[in-house]
Amino acid sequence: MRGSTGTYRRRAVVLGAVAALAGLLGGCARDGGTAASGTGGGGSGKTTITIGTFGVFGYKQAGLYAEYERLHPDVTIKESVIERNDAYYPQLLTHLAAGGGLADIQAVEVANINEVATTLSGKFEDLSKAAGVRRSDWLDWKWQQATDRKGRTVGLGTDIGPIAVCYRKDLFKKAGLPTDREAVGRLWAGDWQKYIDTGQAYKKRAPAGTVFTDSAAGVYNASIHAYPERYYDRRGKAIYADSPAVKASWDLAVQASRGGLTARLKQFEKPWDQAYANARFATVACPPWMLGYIKEKAGAAGKDKWDVAAAPRPANWGGSFIGVPKAARHKAEAVRLAVWLTAPAQQAKLFDRQASIPSTPSSYDMPQVRDARHPYFGGAPTGRIFAAAAKNIPTLVIGPDEQQIGTAFTDIGLLQIDQQGRSPRAAWKATQKEIENAVDE
Amino acid sequence: MTTTATAARGTGAGDEGGTPRRPPGHDPGPGRAGRVRSRLYRWDVRYSPYAFVAPFFLFFAAFGLFPLLYTGWASLHRVELAAPDDMRWVGLRNYTRLLDDDFFWNALGNTFTIGVLSTVPQLLMALGLAHLLHYRLRAANFWRVALLTPYATSVAAATLVFVLLYGRDYGMVNWALGAVGIDAVDWQSGTWTSQFAVSSIVIWRWTGYNALIYLAAMQAVPDDRYESAALDGASRWQQFRHVTVPALRPTILFTIVVSTIGATQLFGEPLLFGGAGGQKGGASHQFQTLGLYLYEQGWFSFHLGRACAVAWTMFLILLLIAAVNATLARRLRKSH
Repeated sequence: MRGSTGTYRRRAVVLGAVAALAGLLGGCARDGGTAASGTGGGGSGKTTITIGTFGVFGYKQAGLYAEYERLHPDVTIKESVIERNDAYYPQLLTHLAAGGGLADIQAVEVANINEVATTLSGKFEDLSKAAGVRRSDWLDWKWQQATDRKGRTVGLGTDIGPIAVCYRKDLFKKAGLPTDREAVGRLWAGDWQKYIDTGQAYKKRAPAGTVFTDSAAGVYNASIHAYPERYYDRRGKAIYADSPAVKASWDLAVQASRGGLTARLKQFEKPWDQAYANARFATVACPPWMLGYIKEKAGAAGKDKWDVAAAPRPANWGGSFIGVPKAARHKAEAVRLAVWLTAPAQQAKLFDRQASIPSTPSSYDMPQVRDARHPYFGGAPTGRIFAAAAKNIPTLVIGPDEQQIGTAFTDIGLLQIDQQGRSPRAAWKATQKEIENAVDE
Repeated sequence: MTTTATAARGTGAGDEGGTPRRPPGHDPGPGRAGRVRSRLYRWDVRYSPYAFVAPFFLFFAAFGLFPLLYTGWASLHRVELAAPDDMRWVGLRNYTRLLDDDFFWNALGNTFTIGVLSTVPQLLMALGLAHLLHYRLRAANFWRVALLTPYATSVAAATLVFVLLYGRDYGMVNWALGAVGIDAVDWQSGTWTSQFAVSSIVIWRWTGYNALIYLAAMQAVPDDRYESAALDGASRWQQFRHVTVPALRPTILFTIVVSTIGATQLFGEPLLFGGAGGQKGGASHQFQTLGLYLYEQGWFSFHLGRACAVAWTMFLILLLIAAVNATLARRLRKSH
């Protein structure tokens, strides 16, 4: 599940590329793929519900499919996964257009939900009136994002991505900064500018070979996702050229890069992974799904070195929805399963296994979330930290070309400054040109 | 280019005959049976080959020709991936906009420079390697197989390894450069360094393949030419230049054509070299090829019509290259 830029559940470049090619071929050939593998589980009269996802949703790993199959002995669930959303979503689009090859339940990432809820809303079932769905279960902004103008809700919220900051206690200590997570959170509470200031302080006494944060794009993403209006205003007008959110976040990122606070990396690439393993940077903006990533990449050597502190401002980065296409084979059963999977109790179980923060606030008081502590991160109460961040997230306005615009800022403009040493003015111009070319039809 | 050639040939194959069948009725008499048999025999000789090649052309029509034509049709429309059925006629707009699309010209330029950077050294090295392999060597088969292994490696696996080798912070190439006192190079961020890196992947994968093609052609050169050259006092180098290379001319032309087509369509190597979001070909699109630009337009920005126009432009460029090649080949033949 990913935010407006990049994909955050990539595990390996190769897998991603294979998936990208598979997506390309799949898109061309309009193949049924595994998703369409029809009715009947071995002729025993069972219904096979298929579910198409990207990255790692964790339903299977958390045992939710098995549990549902126990509750409904006449159902078997089959999941087909594509590693990266940028391969998954184009394939979903072609399948929707062809009306075939669709799974009974399809996942949609937050960066694409606006397009699904506007131009494609007619191709999905309205889940707002499905049995067992209570609108009040979800965070209001999450519900809104998947609801079209006529009030049809095309996707039920799964997880969200409230941001915290992950930091290395050992490096902070050597740099003379506090290491206690409450004290660290106070260093920058309320303003990302204070985070940059902390970076300057870190730099003065930085342990050799380390810098404060991973990338300018990371700072930008953490900052921009705290603003309700970023690339579009509430009326749907594109404002990426002069929105205050973009300007403020861009300036912060430029400060970080020019001030020598970044490791000049690109997120989700091999060198970034290697930098985790080599303790190259001290902090990274950290939605819940990042915890698993850090644990995997920093490995055993990083255990108890990392900790989690509150971010300067509540923000949301990533998160997903699941919906039922009208062309699905087993619509009624699929709706039932989708409702069950996104119910507060199941979202809490998913957090327990996968650290995906529920989009249903009533889950936050369930023991799986409330009492959760992450052993790798020094026993940090991740459930409480992220739940607190989640409650204050503003309603984010999302537009149709969210993904293309966000990527232009992070992968073109800020990368030019961070890695190629171009001037912020030239990089800004390149970004705007990039966006104009991408959104122009 | 190959597609048009085969398509032209394909039109002749429309009326392929069925398999010869015995007429009903039993043996009507020796004289007539003989005539029937000889007629069947003639049909068999004349039409069977068409039946044998027919499957290819049927598949080609379904998976080659139809997509080609449909892509051309779609390129004249505004089509978005979110609604591929909603096509709005825009005439040649998708093509005219390419004329002042800096991203397109940048991609075209990159495709050309990466093409030259990869093809020229590749073919020269292949020629040299083939020449070496042509000598009597111990374990000749081993060397030949070894040459072909890079070709048998998947693009994804090879490129991943190269990405690690060319890493800025932890790459082995920079480590080796550091050992001789050269500063670390940010391979991916520089224009020439990134294009060099992508070219090196192509070179690594395809040199052996071309070397084997050259080797096969060299083995077909009669020995007496070398003998008479040796009698005239030609050195090894002179033999290579004046006997081997002229004899290989058609083969060299073939490899140039094939490599040029490959270079124009270069896609997998730069995509994977770019890592996450590789379709952009770097922060300044410094190694974005035409193939990547097409992919970005169609599958990242979701503008299918514009992507189709890029695809057809690539096709037209290949036709142009083919025409230039054909003219050159004719000139070469005349001059001999």
